[in-house]
Amino acid sequence: MDMSQYLEIFIDETKEHLQGLNQSLLQLEQNPEDTSVLNEIFRVAHTLKGMSGTMGFTKMAKLTHDMENVLQALRNNQIKATSKLVDLLFKCLDALENYTDNIVNSGSEGSNEYNDIIMELNNTIQMKSSADVQQKTDSSGKKPSDLAEALKEQNQHPTAAIKLNQYEQNVANKAKEMNMNVFKITVVLNKGCVLKSARTFIIFQTLERHGEIIKSEPKVEDIEDEKFDFEFTVVCVTKESAEVFTRDINGIAEVDEVIVVPMETAELKTPAEQSEDTSVEENTHTEGEEAHSHEEKSESNTASQVHKTKTGKTVRVDIDRLDVLMNLVSELIIIKTRLACLNGTENTQTYNETIEYLERITTSLNDAVMKVRMVPVEMVFNRFPRMIRDIARDLGKEIQLNMTGVETELDRTVIDEIGDPLIHLLRNSADHGIESKEKRLEMGKPAVGHINLRAYQDGDNVVIEVEDDGQGINIEKVKNKAIERGLVKKEIANTLSQKDIIDFLFKPSFSTSDSITNISGRGVGLDVVKTKIEQLGGIVEVETEAGKGSKFIIRLPLTLAIIQALLVMVGNEKYAIPLSSTKEIIKITPEQIKMVQKQEVILLRNTVVPIVRLDKILEVPPVERTKKDMTVVIVKKGEKLSGFLVDSLIGQQEIVIKSLGKLLSGVKWIAGATILGDGNVALILDVNLLAV
Amino acid sequence: MEERINAETKQYVVFKLGREDYGLDIQKVTTIERMMPAARVPKTPDYIRGVINLRGEIIPVMDVRKKFELPPVEETDETRIIILKFDDIVFGIIVDEVDEVLDLTEESIENVSSFTNDVSMDYIYGVGKVGDRIVTLLNLEKLTDIDDEDKQGD
Repeated sequence: MDMSQYLEIFIDETKEHLQGLNQSLLQLEQNPEDTSVLNEIFRVAHTLKGMSGTMGFTKMAKLTHDMENVLQALRNNQIKATSKLVDLLFKCLDALENYTDNIVNSGSEGSNEYNDIIMELNNTIQMKSSADVQQKTDSSGKKPSDLAEALKEQNQHPTAAIKLNQYEQNVANKAKEMNMNVFKITVVLNKGCVLKSARTFIIFQTLERHGEIIKSEPKVEDIEDEKFDFEFTVVCVTKESAEVFTRDINGIAEVDEVIVVPMETAELKTPAEQSEDTSVEENTHTEGEEAHSHEEKSESNTASQVHKTKTGKTVRVDIDRLDVLMNLVSELIIIKTRLACLNGTENTQTYNETIEYLERITTSLNDAVMKVRMVPVEMVFNRFPRMIRDIARDLGKEIQLNMTGVETELDRTVIDEIGDPLIHLLRNSADHGIESKEKRLEMGKPAVGHINLRAYQDGDNVVIEVEDDGQGINIEKVKNKAIERGLVKKEIANTLSQKDIIDFLFKPSFSTSDSITNISGRGVGLDVVKTKIEQLGGIVEVETEAGKGSKFIIRLPLTLAIIQALLVMVGNEKYAIPLSSTKEIIKITPEQIKMVQKQEVILLRNTVVPIVRLDKILEVPPVERTKKDMTVVIVKKGEKLSGFLVDSLIGQQEIVIKSLGKLLSGVKWIAGATILGDGNVALILDVNLLAV
Repeated sequence: MEERINAETKQYVVFKLGREDYGLDIQKVTTIERMMPAARVPKTPDYIRGVINLRGEIIPVMDVRKKFELPPVEETDETRIIILKFDDIVFGIIVDEVDEVLDLTEESIENVSSFTNDVSMDYIYGVGKVGDRIVTLLNLEKLTDIDDEDKQGD
């Protein structure tokens, strides 16, 4: 079966499930006794096993399978959810995430088998198995009636009559001799079962855990090809009792009925004696063959997926939003017809009405499309609780992460980029912010440190705050470090405001941490955060109070595709400057331009502002200028100001950013292009590169 | 049989630069547009005329005359922009006139050895002959090759 068409669905769902698993595991760690959480985890592991098995990701299926065994034991109260066990389950989760990443990137799950984890999982079960045996013997005594009933039912199933060939009978007889049980097991699947072969695969796996399948009716190949109705019968040689089978198979979803009957000796009529050697030989032979065919299958599977190297980026969209979009498009079509009808008539009023109507629709359409691109910040946030948990453990601190506003939505492109900066900030808070338990108690704070991660919408911005109740930023320490590193002169440092000093934190390779931990302190943090956020068109602010904690505030634009821009003329060409980076516009006379170290500057309220002559830099063909006055657009790059000399201003406008295309992707100074109302193209200036 | 013939013939869009005929693989041609104003992009090689707005898409346009170091000519009613798509790169080239679509068989295409030392030689991968016409076939791969030093402009 070619599964590649389901690959994307598989990846999406797996990610969702892994996320759920992550959350549930965290909950389990908090409440080890909570059975509902445990059931949830079990359900997820089970689903993952089924899904990965169906897709041919055998290693993933194996791991989830062993995980499931442990979870089953947990559910049956045979083992306890110790922190060691939860750690192990987290390890499984990491391994599964790794598999998923491999599948996303290459279409195959990769070669890592995580044998150590699997072994640990199995060890955990081994420990409980002694107790398990005890239970089994208990239960087997209780249910003879079940067995009798099953025997009765057996006659109603035509497939239950199963014929063993000589070799199989031989094996069965040998088993009997060795005091093993031979069961005939008939499984009836639910009529609604969609992936019968996958379901059967799981059942077979379950069976093989307990014993060996020596015969199946219909044949294994037919079952794999789904060439059977909803039931099949197998003969299984095992040491276990019938109850184990009934219980385990009934535990599998979509199984309607399981009938386990011991094979009577009469059925195993003594065949001609054969040497043990041949039977063993044949046995290994068939096994080898089976393994071979399995291998082949997985190989062909990977082969078909190799072409599809990377899966595309997708956004899940609420159907309601698509409906809105659809409605708007139909309105657009109506408007088009209306405009077509207007052609030739001189009725200005109707014409204006139609244009207004059109304007309304395009605005709504724009909003609707924007909404489609929006995804909740939860997508990024949901990996943080785990991260904080791990960090807290590493540092031996107690930290609680509170997240609010996870449903706040941001553009998909922003969401993809915002993860790393947030990780930096959270790590910072956990490592530098929150003090050790002892110190906190000493200071009269609760032992558990709190980090609040808040997201909310504020006008056209989305604000994300990372707040901790730790020690706050030590302004003196930062100041001294800045002086030490030669970033500022001592005399000047003392006149700086708190805000100016905090800004040093955002300088490249600036770290106040005396020791480097593996969490932070290398000084590659905050400047990267700032650069990234600014690339996204946002800003970072810091509020801090010594001993009380600090707060990092990130403001991000809702979307990157549409911005407010200032349109200017340079020579005869139109350029757009993002309004977010313009500060003010001033008029100057040529005399006001002074020279400082070969750089043209002006004085703006006692601040020296360097001047950038856009016409020179952009090599605009010269035009004759009649005016004596010059217009300067003051832009800010970070905190620094620059003045862009332009010829005239056109005005403020909402523009749609478009890329210049692959051919011109490396062009300096230009951040993109936009299409103006008259259909002409205006280039958008890259303020960060142009400013001096 | 029919299929085999098709496999051996390829269709080429033939355009003119001055009096010379050039051919482009039709598979790479998206549309052919009338001339429209382009916005100059600073810091690009001079043969990049700029970017145009083609029904909402921003598309860079190349002046092949400049690229091939041919003398510039006045734009006429016949001037066209051929929009090409090649390896995910979309761009347009300005040509004097678009002629027709020609079927060329493999045999009628001749590899060019050095019969000129022209700059434009780099961009040519063969010469097709139909009757007494000679069509120079362009190599798009080379055409989209904007060197880094070119791009810097200085």
